[in-house]
Amino acid sequence: MNYVKKLSLLLVVALVVVLFSFSVYAQEYGGTFVFGRGGDSVGLDPIQVTDGESFKVTQQVYDTVVMFKPGTTEVIPGLAKDWEVSEDGKTWTFHLREGVEFHDGNPVNAEAIKWNFERWGYEDHPYHIGGEFTYYAYMFQDFPGVIKEVNAVDEYTVEFVLENPQGPFLNNLAMVSFGIASPEAVKKWGEDYFKHPVGSGPFKFVEWKQGDRVVLEANEDYWDGRPYLDKVIFRSIPDNGARYMELRSGSIDMMDYINPEDVQSVEENDDLDLILRPSFNVGYFAMHQDFEPFDNVLVRKAFAHAINKEALIGAFYAGLAEPAKNPLPPSIWGYNDEIEDYPYDLEKAKELLAEAGYPDGFEFDFYYMPVPRPYFPQPKMIAQAVQYYLSEIGVTANLLSYDWGTYLDKYYDDQFQTYILGWTGDNGDPDNFLYVLLDQTQNNCGYESEELHEILIEAQKSVDKEERVALYEEAQEIIHEDVPWVPIAHSTPPLVKKTMVKNYIPNPTSTEKLHRVWLDD
Amino acid sequence: MTSYIIKRLIALIPVIIGVALVVFLIIHLIPGDPAQTMLGERATVEAIEQLRESMGLNEPLYIQFISFFKGLLSGDLGRSVMSNNPVLNEISVRFPATLELSFCAMIFAVGVGIPAGIFAATHQNSFFDNASMLIALVGVSMPIFWLGLMLIWLFAVILGWLPPSSRLSVGVELDYITNILLVDSIIQLNWDAFKDVFSHLILPSVALGTIPLAIIARMTRSSMLEVLKQDYIRTAYSKGLQDRIVVYKHALKNAFIPIITVVGLQFGVLLGGAVLTETIFSWPGLGKYLVDAIYARDFPVVQGGILFFAIAFVLVNLLVDISYAAIDPRIEYK
Repeated sequence: MNYVKKLSLLLVVALVVVLFSFSVYAQEYGGTFVFGRGGDSVGLDPIQVTDGESFKVTQQVYDTVVMFKPGTTEVIPGLAKDWEVSEDGKTWTFHLREGVEFHDGNPVNAEAIKWNFERWGYEDHPYHIGGEFTYYAYMFQDFPGVIKEVNAVDEYTVEFVLENPQGPFLNNLAMVSFGIASPEAVKKWGEDYFKHPVGSGPFKFVEWKQGDRVVLEANEDYWDGRPYLDKVIFRSIPDNGARYMELRSGSIDMMDYINPEDVQSVEENDDLDLILRPSFNVGYFAMHQDFEPFDNVLVRKAFAHAINKEALIGAFYAGLAEPAKNPLPPSIWGYNDEIEDYPYDLEKAKELLAEAGYPDGFEFDFYYMPVPRPYFPQPKMIAQAVQYYLSEIGVTANLLSYDWGTYLDKYYDDQFQTYILGWTGDNGDPDNFLYVLLDQTQNNCGYESEELHEILIEAQKSVDKEERVALYEEAQEIIHEDVPWVPIAHSTPPLVKKTMVKNYIPNPTSTEKLHRVWLDD
Repeated sequence: MTSYIIKRLIALIPVIIGVALVVFLIIHLIPGDPAQTMLGERATVEAIEQLRESMGLNEPLYIQFISFFKGLLSGDLGRSVMSNNPVLNEISVRFPATLELSFCAMIFAVGVGIPAGIFAATHQNSFFDNASMLIALVGVSMPIFWLGLMLIWLFAVILGWLPPSSRLSVGVELDYITNILLVDSIIQLNWDAFKDVFSHLILPSVALGTIPLAIIARMTRSSMLEVLKQDYIRTAYSKGLQDRIVVYKHALKNAFIPIITVVGLQFGVLLGGAVLTETIFSWPGLGKYLVDAIYARDFPVVQGGILFFAIAFVLVNLLVDISYAAIDPRIEYK
């Protein structure tokens, strides 16, 4: 290596070090961060709500026993600093951080956590009021479901005894729904607790002007260090276009859900950054095997070859998505990247159709959702495009739809020959996609595979993560071969922020804590 | 007069019962239910059953109606299925926002619409007449959505004169007492807040007031034209009265009945919540909230909200009727 090269290398290294130290040391305390979003929160008691706008706020106010590592669905310590699980997978013991307090000054200890779980899980608990506790019943399968008992072993040790081992248990505990509330505050407010949230999170609740804004302030004593921001304000600005103009006029610092046609102007604006949230969803085209000819795997494979996913993403997602080859989005551990997608190939598709005995095609019903969802932002147009692709191989799809409630009703009733639908994850565990959507006891596309079922059940019972990863990778291979659906896309929801907003790391699970975000004035 | 008002108020009771029954039936008969919309893709048959059971939706319809009506009699509209917030509480927060905006929009519409209509009528077929009626025609058919976005873009983003949306700037402190913020800021003698609230009201009022303005201007013009052709106007002119007196004292007063009717109707419509304007300007009013509730099949909110509107509408009509008597002494209520 000659001197010039060495010198330039040294320079580069020095530059990197300087830049890096800047980014570390320039972090500033103070400031108010205003986030513009599409709707108001429904409520601020995380166990009672199911909407993202509520979770955005409760994520700041509450802590969970364990939590997600920023930007991933990996579980890291939260209120518990470490934990262990018994060999049979039925007893989990968590060791809590000491000295953590709720915003009302009460201690976060084993008793408080036990009290929260009992409030959620026991229908005869005096404070099992104020809502339906939907996500508890959903994730732990009924009241009290999988969790047999919660014991406060000592002040800072809490033990969960399960009915049977639950692989996704740890991921469940990290969900924003299971934010630990101050028992005293819940008792004080009763049915109205959802308007007076008290947790131990990085920001304290200040006020909620319904339909307008929620104001939070820094928790000076947060266990993970005082937040950089003094205040966080979530404003409801329902219209995407108006929200973007608020951002341009400077009255908000960040927003989500931008109109696809505004994406370009963000990219051209030096004061704004577009960042993409890692995908946590899948939009798919399903073929119901109770109906002919979709019981024939060759037909399903032909369809997989006939749909041009890249083009769909370019046209209907403004490019803000990635083509799907698995039911799992890549942000979730266990994603099998070895699988090769069926390439877009009309000749191959026609061959497969002929081989299946349909050289002249056939006609069938194709249902699309009436409402946009994150995974299908423009369902009708996407369905029309798919209809067109399929016409290219000689099959005729009759496009049909219903209102959303009826649509779901008929979907669960197995009435659709083919349809588009999708799923957004809950707990970042592969089980939450693969078992929920495709196991033979669960799916609504007439797909039966005993082999897959056994793998999914085994993975559900295991608490050994490596073993589970291997099982889920195998499961994805089986699904790939059987083609119950054509997975279409994993959308990556866009966020737009001013460049002065630093260190905002979007999490796939749709919400993230903001105590590490700072403003560079 | 008093006995007339009392009679009209008593007549509200069958209206309320009728509206309650119709709204209840319609919202319960359209497909889809709150359990389903709450669960979305997670709406498995078992999950829906469980949720419906705990929401009391599995009771027979008439039992549900009786319990709703019992609550109504005791002033309890129930709690929102989605948020568990008492419906009355939600309405008391959001209706004042709608009222404030509607009121300002009407002031804009009346303040500009009536003078423009009078001027157009007294200068019939002039350039101003033709131009203003053309503008009024455009105004009637203006898509509010587009107008709103253009106003924000021009006055907030490009010129930066006015705030783009919402009711109060971040950082301006104001306690919400009546939830009508102009009133709240006056009560608290907080002039910074008053200015801020006022500046937030301008753009949405203009957007919301444009259609009523156009309707009022056209109605004023045609009503005035009709009156100006009457014999007594000619008499008034021939007596040598000044133009101003003839137009404002003799003509306008007589032309006012249809104008008031239109103003009242328009105000009633605006009180029903301006969904588009509220959406564009992030105005936390009742209109958008109700529409969201309909989509979510939040039965108690829809029932309570629509009932509330019906009552507001009837009361505005009553006011209009009373004002007829004030304007035209020939009208007398017994």
